[in-house]
Amino acid sequence: MHAIKNNWWKIAGIALVVYVIAGGLLFEVPDLPVLRESIRNIYFHVGMWFGMIFILFMSVVFSLRYLARSRPEDDLRALAAVKVGLLFGLLGLLTGMLWARFTWGDYWVNDPKLNGAAVGMLIYLAYIVLRSSLEDPEKRARLAAVYSVFAFVLFFVFIMILPRTASVSIHPGVDGNPALATGDLAPEMRWVFYPAMLGWFIMSWWLYRLFYRMSRIEIKIREIRENQNNQI
Amino acid sequence: MQRDRILHLIRKDFRLEWRSKFAIGGVVLYLVSTVFITYLAFDGRIALQTWNALFWLIILFASMHAIMKSFIQESENRQLYYYMLASGKEVIVSKILYNSLLMVVLSLTGLLLFIAFMGNPLQTLTVFLINMLLGVVGFAVVLTLISAIASKAKNNFTLMAVLGFPLVLPLLLLLIRVSNAGLAGAPLAEAATDMLIILLLIFIAFTLSMVLFPYIWRE
Repeated sequence: MHAIKNNWWKIAGIALVVYVIAGGLLFEVPDLPVLRESIRNIYFHVGMWFGMIFILFMSVVFSLRYLARSRPEDDLRALAAVKVGLLFGLLGLLTGMLWARFTWGDYWVNDPKLNGAAVGMLIYLAYIVLRSSLEDPEKRARLAAVYSVFAFVLFFVFIMILPRTASVSIHPGVDGNPALATGDLAPEMRWVFYPAMLGWFIMSWWLYRLFYRMSRIEIKIREIRENQNNQI
Repeated sequence: MQRDRILHLIRKDFRLEWRSKFAIGGVVLYLVSTVFITYLAFDGRIALQTWNALFWLIILFASMHAIMKSFIQESENRQLYYYMLASGKEVIVSKILYNSLLMVVLSLTGLLLFIAFMGNPLQTLTVFLINMLLGVVGFAVVLTLISAIASKAKNNFTLMAVLGFPLVLPLLLLLIRVSNAGLAGAPLAEAATDMLIILLLIFIAFTLSMVLFPYIWRE
């Protein structure tokens, strides 16, 4: 019973994602010109970006907490969240490129939203590079937290404001949130879309917890090894 | 935060620059050689948009070089000395202001050089010039904090580029768009929205730098 009590949200997450995959591929969708069956990608592509923004936001929260309290765990949490964010971002790019290939005719087009996505990935890859170039753990945590906060705010301004001021964008959702243009979403698709968003949020959170616990175990193992070496 | 301390720090930076002229000389030489290379490569015939793109690329790399050294050139011991004299906020504000001034001078030099070699397609100067000055101040604001981060790590030029480029890119896209409009002879009112966004980005980056820099500094 204990396991279910603590892990009910993981079970809910699995159920949601299984439902979304099955429903997303099988249920009726409106037959629209150009989009056709590729419209089903919305459950996956948009979900990836939502998951990414959510988990990166959490990462910034952990970074801010690190700056406030200087506890090493907060740094590990921020790093784990960034890793999940990069994974989701990569999947979002791949699903998006596939979609673009079949609707716009090319894997990549020069569009403010696509550029924003690319900049986001570069920023967080740079975050990983910054970490690997610093050896002292305390210094690494501090500088990485500072960069993460600085970069996230600028990145957020970029993806929120720039696409809206650009005169041309081929990507949907120019006036409002790129993914929440629910006015356009057919009613029957909402039955899958909303559960999909929730499901991917849960997946990103679960993955983040796994990465975080893995990094803690790695540190533990290293400590134990060092102790053994000292004893010998 | 005190104004006279900031002014003192800026004056100190000017004096340092003046005493070791090779650093600023290096950046100016960099400007001259890149402009000359583009002149040779393009043989003087160049489309408006290419002119614009090349100009901004040269300015971007020049500002990377110029701003990178703002924290490396002074030794750890001297930084410790400043730590006793001024607060972190005062130090970052003075560095940002100094770098902005430096970039204004460098970009004007760059513009003159570029016009001398590549011809002058500017029909009206206002939009292009305001945009350029806003832009280089923006580079200075964003890159100063990055150079502070990079100065704490090894092989800091690579790191500066890796950390800085994605953050400067949004600004750069806006700048290129506005100056393209400026080159095409758009009136100031048309470019005003984009310029306001650039100002907003500068303001946000400036505030964040002030808040975050003390965390980099204390050791």
